[in-house]
Amino acid sequence: MSDAAIARKIPSIGAVAWLRANLFGSWMSTAITLALGYVILRVGIAFVDWAFVNAVWHVPYSKTGIAETAVCQNAKGSGACWAIIADKYRLILFGRFPYDEQWRPAIVIILFVALFALSTIRSVWRKGTTAVWVQRVALAGAGLIVLDNAVDLLLTIAQVGFGLHISNPLGPLLGTLNTIGKCGFVFGLLLLWPAIGVWVATLAVIFILMSGGIAGLSVVPVDYWGGLPITLILATFGLAFAFPLAILVALGRRSTQMPAVKTLCVVYVELIRGVPLISVLFMASVMFPLFMPPGINIDKLLRAQIAVILFAAAYLAEVVRGGLQALPKGQTEAADALGLTYWQKTGFIILPQALRLVIPPLVNTFIGFFKDTSLVLIIGIFDLLTMGKVALSDPPWQSFSTEVYVFLAFIYILFCYGMSRYSRGLERELNNARGR
Amino acid sequence: MSTTAPAIVLDKVNKWFGALHVLRDVSLTVATGEKVVVCGPSGSGKSTMIRCINRLESHQEGRILVDGTELTDDLRALDTIRREVGMVFQSFNLFPHLTILENCTLAPIWVRKMPKAEAEALAMSYLERVKIPEQALKYPGQLSGGQQQRVAIARALCMRPKIMLFDEPTSALDPEMIKEVLDTMISLAESGMTMVCVTHEMGFARQVADRVVFMDRGEIVESGPPRRMFEAPETDRLKLFLSQILRGD
Repeated sequence: MSDAAIARKIPSIGAVAWLRANLFGSWMSTAITLALGYVILRVGIAFVDWAFVNAVWHVPYSKTGIAETAVCQNAKGSGACWAIIADKYRLILFGRFPYDEQWRPAIVIILFVALFALSTIRSVWRKGTTAVWVQRVALAGAGLIVLDNAVDLLLTIAQVGFGLHISNPLGPLLGTLNTIGKCGFVFGLLLLWPAIGVWVATLAVIFILMSGGIAGLSVVPVDYWGGLPITLILATFGLAFAFPLAILVALGRRSTQMPAVKTLCVVYVELIRGVPLISVLFMASVMFPLFMPPGINIDKLLRAQIAVILFAAAYLAEVVRGGLQALPKGQTEAADALGLTYWQKTGFIILPQALRLVIPPLVNTFIGFFKDTSLVLIIGIFDLLTMGKVALSDPPWQSFSTEVYVFLAFIYILFCYGMSRYSRGLERELNNARGR
Repeated sequence: MSTTAPAIVLDKVNKWFGALHVLRDVSLTVATGEKVVVCGPSGSGKSTMIRCINRLESHQEGRILVDGTELTDDLRALDTIRREVGMVFQSFNLFPHLTILENCTLAPIWVRKMPKAEAEALAMSYLERVKIPEQALKYPGQLSGGQQQRVAIARALCMRPKIMLFDEPTSALDPEMIKEVLDTMISLAESGMTMVCVTHEMGFARQVADRVVFMDRGEIVESGPPRRMFEAPETDRLKLFLSQILRGD
């Protein structure tokens, strides 16, 4: 006690004063500081020894190209064998994508990171032009895309459902119109809502880079995609689509006017929450094709993607609902009294406040789902974590799992820590703006 | 009473919250330009009644006509009425994520489809009227309670309503801020606005009210000009109520 009293009397300026006040304030605190300091120092030194000082960075290769990992075997226990990462990083990051084309997934990873970085700048999300002709261009573009796809869908239904083989003389024309439509749509979107336009355009480029078939890029079937791009695709598309869906479900679940919609939303959330993600993925990959008519084959990755979206949306919906419930009733009443319509009230008053309230649990769920995408390994999709396992199946490297998992953990931490840093910054910024 | 059509008509309105009978055969006619002060003990149904006028609460029996339009489940009629009826709440209910100016311009822009510049000019003129134009770019959390309530009044006025409802506008304020809000309400009354105020501010009632309505246990017990009501109450319930609230003054 007296120590603490003395410590408080000494002016708390400078590092020494800070140390005295916070780490050596009383005998108890001094003891804990010393004990923890010792543990941290021992663990830290051991880690540095293992990861850097005694680490093996390269191994020689035999004439047949097989790694001779004897050096690593000798260092085992005292030093890390980073040679496995040097040998396998392309397999882990890009999966079984054709080796000579791996610059494509590399650019995809860079594009994803750039997209995330750009999206953290708040001013990017401002509304762009409101010019009517730009709106018309975007709408016309969307119309052309829908037209082509609708005709395709009708023809497929005719073929599968009724056994009619109708050749479409307008096919090539519609295809060209579709391409023109896509360009017009993205162009319009870029001017109207720059951020959303950039997202759509970037995701389109990512899709082209991965699948090829355009501009002289060789076609790479989805089965050959793997590694970090798969993880990023599943997580990004998953959350980008799940979030708006979650908002609709949360609003529907609170609806007092439409009991049928409310029941539907409750059933959806409870059903999805009641089963493990693994079983939803199994449903999507094994059961779902059984219900589809023969001839229609929806790609496995797309099915997994839809499963992730539906699963994440159910969880996010409950988070959003929490925010909706936390809002004082007076906010709704004030908006009603001013004569705002339901969607105006929801868009301008309710959601901006409700979503701010739930930023921490939202990001919590986002981070959770970023990591949960690794469960797709059980339906044979090779995401980042699965590729780590594949890399370890190579006989010379089989005993160096620690190094691979440390490397994978490092990548996951980079992305997850980025999300958590951004959310903290966002919270601070939004609270400062309100003078709180 | 003026010769024009009444602004608000309540005809034998009944309402229940579950088994609780909160409004019993409430009938009240408010003429255009009239100022009515509603008072009564807590739980007497006065807030419920005023909230029925713009259908924040729905009534179960009887008829309510506002500006000639009957309040029913018809949403279009409701939109028309809410556009013409402004409301000020006990707890201000400003939108904390919007600036003072945005609070005031939101409804004119989106409900009245007013151009942004025009809406901002309108909002500034009303903020000047409630004497806080310099706060326009701040957020509600940065203002005092009295200032917030004056913004709430300006926000309602920006819709250029024909009728203003006040639901205990000074009850949540510190004593030193009550006067600034009452002054704003008095100047509004002097401009000829039709007003229904639920309040216990008897000084305000004396100064501006054409009529005072006393409610107790869900029914209108007595009503009349403020002077008569306060100086010669006819019913025992009003006498008891007056003796209770005047004790503090």
